[in-house]
Amino acid sequence: MMNPACRLAGIPRGESCRLETGPPVAVFRTEDGEVYAIDDTCTHQDASLPDGWLEGREVEYPLHASKFDLRTGAVDAPPARLPVRTHQVLLEDGTVYVALSDAPPNLPPCVAARLAGGVA
Amino acid sequence: MRTVAVIGASLAGLSASRSLREQGYDGRLVIVGAETHRPYDRPPLSKEFLTGKVAEAELALEADGEDLAAEWVLGACAVGLETGERSVRLADGRAVRADGVVIATGAAARTLPGGDGPAGVHVLRTLDDARGLRDDLARGGRLVVIGGGFVGAEVASTAAVMGLDVTFVVAGPTPLAGPLGPDMAAAVSVLHADHGVRLLCGTGVRGLVGKGASPAVLPSGLRGAEATEVSGGAAGRGRVGAVVLDDGRSIPADIVVVGIGAVACTDWLEGSGVALDNGVRCGADGTTSVPGVVAVGDCAAWYDAASATHRRVEHWTGANERPAAAVAALLSGGTAPPAPPRPPYFWSDQYGVRIQFVGNAARADSVTVEDGSPADRSFLAVYRRAGEPVAVLGVDRTKLFTRRRKQLATSVARGATA
Ligand SMILES: Cc1cc2nc3c(=O)[nH]c(=O)nc-3n(C[C@H](O)[C@H](O)[C@H](O)COP(=O)(O)OP(=O)(O)OC[C@H]3O[C@@H](n4cnc5c(N)ncnc54)[C@H](O)[C@@H]3O)c2cc1C
Ligand code: FES
Repeated sequence: MMNPACRLAGIPRGESCRLETGPPVAVFRTEDGEVYAIDDTCTHQDASLPDGWLEGREVEYPLHASKFDLRTGAVDAPPARLPVRTHQVLLEDGTVYVALSDAPPNLPPCVAARLAGGVA
Repeated sequence: MRTVAVIGASLAGLSASRSLREQGYDGRLVIVGAETHRPYDRPPLSKEFLTGKVAEAELALEADGEDLAAEWVLGACAVGLETGERSVRLADGRAVRADGVVIATGAAARTLPGGDGPAGVHVLRTLDDARGLRDDLARGGRLVVIGGGFVGAEVASTAAVMGLDVTFVVAGPTPLAGPLGPDMAAAVSVLHADHGVRLLCGTGVRGLVGKGASPAVLPSGLRGAEATEVSGGAAGRGRVGAVVLDDGRSIPADIVVVGIGAVACTDWLEGSGVALDNGVRCGADGTTSVPGVVAVGDCAAWYDAASATHRRVEHWTGANERPAAAVAALLSGGTAPPAPPRPPYFWSDQYGVRIQFVGNAARADSVTVEDGSPADRSFLAVYRRAGEPVAVLGVDRTKLFTRRRKQLATSVARGATA
């Protein structure tokens, strides 16, 4: 299902916005204007990827420097070891739509435990 | 180059090995490590590992199925380097001949002089240290942490959150005064009192006392962060009972953590011709005084153009990032022009607060809080020298900090703050 996420004009290039889905999703707009959606939380520890450092099509996680490829979710270096889940994005009439993936998310253990406990 | 030996099988050694393969080296790769474990991550050892939130399997630094096509020689300590024929001698008598050598032997925790001390006294550097401390902390009781660095501050925080009764003894004016500068260190150190940790600053430690019968003070000779020569120190293996401070006060303790810094593991290089000076003395790209030998991570003092000194930076990110440059220098015979490394960065987690720092506080002539406020335990501070930013501190200000870090890295790359 395609969920309307936000207006494209609402995300400047090099910035991102966060969707309060469960688990939350981050929508990135690169400096080149491409839009990608990935899970918001780093697979290593509990922190938000949009706080990170966007360079080309990669976002570097703000605390420990693992980098994720926005297209594939692949991680380049430790300490994160698992890819981050990616979601399909559709642009129409200046609105960003996101189709949430039904693959299991790779949440860090502390966040997974919290969600399982029902305290999202 | 047909054989490269990487000595030290932890973060910097693994990162160098990865860089070798990424940069196209397809020869023989031998990785030698003194510990018997595959490379694991140390930062959780003073944090979530102690509480049990992170298990041993999660500490692994290698990705599942990762294969560097390397020969791993673990549980083996390098004891010498013959630079002429480039061969590394191991403690068991074996030798590894190599065309290129990467020194990645890191650092070891400084211990109290005079032996191991009584049971219940810990240092924290390795997984084995952390296992012992974790088991002791699980029993609860009174913990005294000695030393005002990151490891001490994090252990104090972790144990306080676990419900132990914690006293934190620091020789200097405040914990972290060195890396953060005194003003910002003071602003961060209020976190300890917020969480009920007794912070005792400006006092050295005279020694440790055993529990019950043994009233004698076992001299530790520890003044400030400086451990000096000590007589005796026959601690026996009774359990620790108290820490005696310089001013004579005695602080009851069931567990003691000694966090008085780390010493570069370079003993094995004495007499090899590799220049040493508080770590392996390196150029701005990890090259040493000996061709074909580079050094990376906590054991290496790289030349830092901004401060015109050799600096040993003991942080995770440098140990992870810089080996790529050292490997480029090794493979090109030192002809590849070194890219300026990003300014040193570290993070620390204390009491659920994220502390992040980039740059060099020692170079600053001023520091200003530019966002938030220390009273709220959430702020961003910028350190300047002659008006130019040279360092940034973020306390629970991740997004803003990331921006400032990026700006600082960009201006350093342009040479603007050199
Ligand atoms: C408890 C703890 C918490 C930390 N937390 C943080 C943090 O929050 N943020 C941060 O930025 N940094 C942190 N650090 C620092 C970070 O972990 C280090 O900077 C990093 O581990 C350095 O990696 P390294 O590979 O250079 O050295 P090390 O990790 O010290 O590894 C060196 C390896 O070489 C081996 N070795 C030594 N001598 C020999 C020899 N002669 N022959 C063979 N092998 C040898 C050692 O056994 C060791 O396995 C922390 C460190 C510790 C100990
Ligand atoms: S939390 Fe993402 S790399 Fe550590």
